[in-house]
Amino acid sequence: MISDITIGQYYAGHSVLHRLDPRIKLILTLFFMVVIFMSRNFLSLGLIALGSIALAVLSRVPAKTLLRSFRPILVLVLFTSILNLLYTQKEDAHILLAVPIFRWMLTITREGVFAAIFTTARIMSLILVSSLLTYTTTPSMLTTGLERLLKPLNKLHVPVSIFAMMMTLALRFVPTLIEEVDRIMNAQKARGSDLETGNFLKRAKAFVPVLVPLFISAFRRAAELANAMESRCYTGNNQRTSLKQLKIRPRDMLACALCAMLCAGVVILNGRFAKII
Amino acid sequence: MNTQNIAISCRDLRHRYNNTAKNRTDALDGITLDVQKGELLAIIGHTGSGKSTFVQHLNALLKPTDGTVFVDGKNIWENKAAVRQARFLVGLCFQYPEYQLFEETVAKDIAFGPKNMKLDGEEIQRRVRFAADCVGLGADLLAKSPFDLSGGEKRRAAIAGVIAMRPQVLVLDEPTAGLDPRGKELILRMIDRYRLETGSTILLISHHMEDVARLADSVLVLHKGKIAMRGTVAQVFSQPEALAAMGLAVPNVTQIFCDLNKRGLPVSTSIFTIEDAAAELLRLKKQGGATA
Repeated sequence: MISDITIGQYYAGHSVLHRLDPRIKLILTLFFMVVIFMSRNFLSLGLIALGSIALAVLSRVPAKTLLRSFRPILVLVLFTSILNLLYTQKEDAHILLAVPIFRWMLTITREGVFAAIFTTARIMSLILVSSLLTYTTTPSMLTTGLERLLKPLNKLHVPVSIFAMMMTLALRFVPTLIEEVDRIMNAQKARGSDLETGNFLKRAKAFVPVLVPLFISAFRRAAELANAMESRCYTGNNQRTSLKQLKIRPRDMLACALCAMLCAGVVILNGRFAKII
Repeated sequence: MNTQNIAISCRDLRHRYNNTAKNRTDALDGITLDVQKGELLAIIGHTGSGKSTFVQHLNALLKPTDGTVFVDGKNIWENKAAVRQARFLVGLCFQYPEYQLFEETVAKDIAFGPKNMKLDGEEIQRRVRFAADCVGLGADLLAKSPFDLSGGEKRRAAIAGVIAMRPQVLVLDEPTAGLDPRGKELILRMIDRYRLETGSTILLISHHMEDVARLADSVLVLHKGKIAMRGTVAQVFSQPEALAAMGLAVPNVTQIFCDLNKRGLPVSTSIFTIEDAAAELLRLKKQGGATA
């Protein structure tokens, strides 16, 4: 079954992070990411790491679940670490290890090791913070938040609410379509179609009998949905009120203040101590 | 028992969704069953009783958590070839099978299964004609796009796509669901005729007890993943209370005759079809005339 795939990775809960206003969460996540890139030495990065770990603890999302979000970027982390390790060459570098390979000299410097650790920690914090956003916010709340944030664009005749509606509908139909693919695949497998073996081309061809019915049913569903929406007088261009009213609460202000303090801390630590990068 | 005559045999079949310690569902819980060759077995059960899960084990679409399935005496999970063979030995037609249609013409779509069996062109054509004939699709419809057919015709084209593989066992999951009375009647007649012509074993999942009574030799009642009853139509439908407890019912006509009997009219309660009912009423009338 392929229905194990989840789009978005919301982890149901009631922590402070879950309850924050999605608009604030979106802005602060972006802000936090900028701060991560501002850090220039281990001390400021340490502060950031501490901050992100504190957020992770606050979110009450189990560590095991959080670790899962690191898996897809493991290769990237390894790759950048190795590059940093091998290509950080400075005149006054401390050489830790020098191994001759054929005519090349493989040298690993202390600076290289530092750089590798630094980038890894930076990428890890980035991933942690951004996945905390999706772990603690439902896709529909994210869309609502994004819609509100982009509302000023309405003045520039960008149909923000229509885009938001499209996003919401797309998200809503992901599980439906996954179920549909499952059904069609089973039906074609029952007629002996072989979706699992063969080279790429053969497999791609084997998926035609799955894709054609999928498209047909997706179009049918879209038409039905459009009818249902129109019969409820949806036109898309009038001022719609929302079921979910977003309100900035004290805890949102507190979150902003904490993030500002973190930023200040990073700037101070950056100035006081030596640069790594 | 003579194993030569057994089409499908399941031994202690179990299927568990979400196989983790704290959160698991036993969709099938120890199914042991033999289906005779040529038998038309109706499978009934409340929604979620495991009917659909069960039939997907017969052609190896689902792998049992435990237990074995034998089709024509062979364990279908023995090796890869056996799994593939099972797909063709047991033709499974899902609920609302219209969505499986994808080819440019109905004929090509029916040929999809036989093509996957790697048959030669002539044999494929023969099978397409045979299957189309079985479900009553004329030559004019065969050349059409499947998407231009009516609902009932689409349904029959999809069933033909399964029949064209000439499976030893044909499994139909609610073949008449959502059709108008005429489309429904055509499908029921088709099942009857297909059976007469080929002598195939047929498994029929249905919520229509009238259809079950009319077509089936025997009935399998599933309840919460277990076999609750297995017997002839008469054996199963003579237990209306037990069926009601599982959210099922006897055919309407049986219910009427049970009620008449309760009110003191000397009628048999083993009336399962309209034809039975007519005969019984005639008998009663004659008898009444004789005693009067």
